[in-house]
Amino acid sequence: MIRVELPGHLRTLARVSGHEVALEVSGPVTLGAVLDALEAAYPMLCGTIRDHATLRRRAFIRFFACSEDFSHESPDAPLPEAVASGKEPLLIVGAIAGG
Amino acid sequence: MSKVRVLVGTRKGAFILTADGKREQWEIAGPHFAGWEIYHMKGSPVDPNRLYASQSSGWSGQVMQRSNDGGATWEPVGNKFAYEGVPGTHQWYDGTPHPWEFKRVWHLEPSLTDTNTVYAGVEDAALFRSADGGATWEEISGLRKHGSGPHWQPGAGGMCLHTIILDPSNTGRIYIAISAAGAFRTDDGGATWQPINRGLYSKYIPDPTAEVGHCVHHVAMHRSRPNVLFMQKHWDVMRSDNAGDSWQEVSGNLPTDFGFAIDVHAHEPETIYVVPIKSDGEHFPPGGKLRVYRSRVGGNEWEALTNGLPQSDCYVNVLRDAMAVDSLDSCGVYFGTTGGQVYASADAGDTWKPIVRDLPAVLSVEVQTL
Repeated sequence: MIRVELPGHLRTLARVSGHEVALEVSGPVTLGAVLDALEAAYPMLCGTIRDHATLRRRAFIRFFACSEDFSHESPDAPLPEAVASGKEPLLIVGAIAGG
Repeated sequence: MSKVRVLVGTRKGAFILTADGKREQWEIAGPHFAGWEIYHMKGSPVDPNRLYASQSSGWSGQVMQRSNDGGATWEPVGNKFAYEGVPGTHQWYDGTPHPWEFKRVWHLEPSLTDTNTVYAGVEDAALFRSADGGATWEEISGLRKHGSGPHWQPGAGGMCLHTIILDPSNTGRIYIAISAAGAFRTDDGGATWQPINRGLYSKYIPDPTAEVGHCVHHVAMHRSRPNVLFMQKHWDVMRSDNAGDSWQEVSGNLPTDFGFAIDVHAHEPETIYVVPIKSDGEHFPPGGKLRVYRSRVGGNEWEALTNGLPQSDCYVNVLRDAMAVDSLDSCGVYFGTTGGQVYASADAGDTWKPIVRDLPAVLSVEVQTL
């Protein structure tokens, strides 16, 4: 299972109780594949992390894993093995901005 | 006894205030959607327990919510607002072409006849409609494709479609207003639109009497007289007696004719309310005195309503969708401020009191009479 940690506002929107959700991802574990699986499991998150049409990351959302920033990586780039194996979560983070 | 439900959208969540017909004791529920901006909430005239809410944030974009129990519980519905076809460009602040980009929903207007049909006014300016309770949204693209579209320009708050008025006597007629393009009307259910800005004078645009380009802040109508419209423009309070074909200024003796909110008494279609704001550079009441102004003759002659409102050191704003009326026998008038107060008058404006005073900045106020 792939572990994904969501920002607080999106946990509330998706009505998940813990900090993380667990997802099945078939095929290569890429950022795009994980987001596809996340939106399939929680359709209310569609459009809140990436744009509906372009699938581009929203400006104030970041993707971290294993102490690295994957925000600017291609959606087709593989995530680290530690994420693919479930040892480490993919962190979806709301940028520190605003009040 | 009748009951009143006040729907308050704020910068950090939604609040629902309820009282019986006396409107003296209020219960406050919320925040719903804590931390999110709630630009607008509104209930269906067909089923008042069906509510729609626009929820957004700079981080996570637009979410739409629907309630079937008067706001006790909510469910997220569709949030995909896709412009029809290739969106093209409008003017940016510097006059250069700028691609049409969806940012947020400013205003929701439920159908007068169908619970599951609701209209959404969005930024960048366009009108959408859902016929399935908000699950899916379709642009009424005839408006954006009006030939003037490439010349529309954003106001300071963005290029928002903020006013939608459905004509109760003519199902094909809808009025909308955009900052800063102006007011438009369709008579065929949205297929075609015409600008209705004749008589507006805006000295801050190159042609002060241009067909489009006016910064209309809000428009109000009494349902018994759908051809009579009242407008708070950036500067100037205006009136039309012919469905917007022409406008006359009715600012009269107002201390300043800048402002955002305007509304009409529930039972007296010539009684109207505005909240004068000092200027576009100073978004607070003149002299630090928060005053609603009422005209009982459809404009030009205004009286200041002060009883119960702060008359010194008050520097809040009242935004365009933050005033509403109830339809009890003694008409209630309500408005919210950027300081987080919601003021109510149960006697048509003669006396006021805050029914809640420490909310986040209030973006919108709607009232349901149950």
